[in-house]
Amino acid sequence: MTTTATPAAGTPDTLRRRPGLRALRVLGQGPMFTAAVVVLTALVLVAVLAPVLAPHDPESLDLSASLVGTSGDHFLGTDQSGRDVLSRLIHGARTGLFGPLLVVGVSTLLGTLLGVVAAWRGGWADTVLSRSMDLVFALPGLLLAILLVAVVGSGMTAPVIAMAVAYTPYVGRLVRSIARQEKARPYIESYRVQGWSGWTICLRHLLPNIAPTVLAQSAMNFGYALMDLAALSFLGFGVQPPTADWGAMINEGQSALQQGAMLPALAPSACIVLAVVAFGIVGEGLADRIAKRER
Amino acid sequence: MTRYLAGRLLGLVTVLFVTSFVVFGSVRLAPGDPVSFLLHGRPATPEAMAALRAQYHLDDPLPVQYAKWLGDVLHGDFGRSAQFHQDVGSLIGSRLPGTALLVGYAALLVGVLGVTAGLLAALRPGPVDRAVLLGTGVATATPSFVSAMALVSLFSVQLGWFPGPGGTPEGFADRLYHLTLPAFALALTFAGLLARVTRSAMLDELGRDHVEVARARGVAQRAVVRRHVLRNALGPVVTVGGTMLAGLLISTSIVETAFDVSGIGSLLVQSVTAKDFAVVQAITLLSVAAFVVVNLAVDLLAPVIDPRLSLRGEGSS
Repeated sequence: MTTTATPAAGTPDTLRRRPGLRALRVLGQGPMFTAAVVVLTALVLVAVLAPVLAPHDPESLDLSASLVGTSGDHFLGTDQSGRDVLSRLIHGARTGLFGPLLVVGVSTLLGTLLGVVAAWRGGWADTVLSRSMDLVFALPGLLLAILLVAVVGSGMTAPVIAMAVAYTPYVGRLVRSIARQEKARPYIESYRVQGWSGWTICLRHLLPNIAPTVLAQSAMNFGYALMDLAALSFLGFGVQPPTADWGAMINEGQSALQQGAMLPALAPSACIVLAVVAFGIVGEGLADRIAKRER
Repeated sequence: MTRYLAGRLLGLVTVLFVTSFVVFGSVRLAPGDPVSFLLHGRPATPEAMAALRAQYHLDDPLPVQYAKWLGDVLHGDFGRSAQFHQDVGSLIGSRLPGTALLVGYAALLVGVLGVTAGLLAALRPGPVDRAVLLGTGVATATPSFVSAMALVSLFSVQLGWFPGPGGTPEGFADRLYHLTLPAFALALTFAGLLARVTRSAMLDELGRDHVEVARARGVAQRAVVRRHVLRNALGPVVTVGGTMLAGLLISTSIVETAFDVSGIGSLLVQSVTAKDFAVVQAITLLSVAAFVVVNLAVDLLAPVIDPRLSLRGEGSS
């Protein structure tokens, strides 16, 4: 009864808090997983090699070539200011991936640190850290980001800082719970008996054992962060024009869309969905693999 | 139960208190003198500066400033909007119906679309199930502003069935008509997830022994589904659906901006752009409050809807 009759109480945090990428779970196996890994690798390569791959300068204006349709020269046409859409998409992969990378990097490091300390120390340190993480977890990240933008101004700094803070409890709460289970295992006690220090046991033995689970969560968070940062850029608060960014491109392409020129807004939309789906599938696939291995 | 309730309420008050502190302190985080930050390029007449000093109680020591500000807020006094030269409270009040209508419309769509798709998938294994899985998978990975672009390009520009962003609707029916695309853009992501929750809750229940027994006794399939499966599966669907209401409240600022809907969310975005800080503070505070209150209400109501949960609710507090 306790295991099966209470689905809502057992619903994972991330699922309860937002429309989850967990829905991609069923797709996270077999060929779809491979395809998602290929897509992500390609995205990273495109971002790194953007200056080589882009056929045009993503910021060079040509008002005489405004909203030109697809052609040999402009594979995906041009936007309102006559900039090459394909080149902007390619360069947009850079800001599109770099922002979430910072968010996920900082939140994973900070969350792991806080989670391990809370689990290892227990007592009042655990209470203080857990309550603080619960508190941040209760706040909507997007609103924090908007408030911070209002204070320090538009640009990537405020959204990245706010999102890194907002995502830390996602990692921290997970790490705390799995580190507590891990700590209770006999091998940890045996290292202690051998006289190893807490730090050494944590760094050399505990962390490597929880790392795969954290990695799976971070892959999912990458997808969420990509969506959130793109949303902020869409609102005009994140990446500022004329820099190429998928969210900002959709914002700029809105008026063209209503004139019937779809590509400037729809091409970056497709890129965002593709990237988020790929990160979701990889995250779910990794989580599934870990669950199978432990069974 | 009382202890659990008290703990949760204390948690709620703490979150609201910390949020109010963050919202108040954010003015101090800004570089430079608070008055020039709050003026932000607007003419620094002695009257305007004096009004700001009075509004934020800047002549008092910091803790007193906070206490007075919080007192004002609790009395519904959020100051004056620099952009609209209007009382912030009444400004928000005038924008509230737009947001309420949009979020209500979207919540209805989430419920209808999500539950229908979830039931279909659970009761029709095979191609229907797979199609729903794929569709909902993509829907949950599509942010609302991307849905907005796709919906506008298809239903407004290509087919011309619905009006695009902007426009001034006349009358309630026309208003709903104008809000249809925004409501779908807001609802799709959440509907995709609710469909998944409905599907797995239904499948869980369908595999139960008592369902098997009912079938063996010769109860008709329809009656089995309605009486024995659906009723038990409803708990998680309602709980997750409820927490989505909080999510809709936050995402609405993006959709309102994309469709030029006059509401709280678009007001927030405009006010950030115009550096109308009093409005930003008020909306952030109210939105966080609404968000945490809705989440708490759902948690507290869940055991009422599904009594099996109350066994765990107390233990896990």
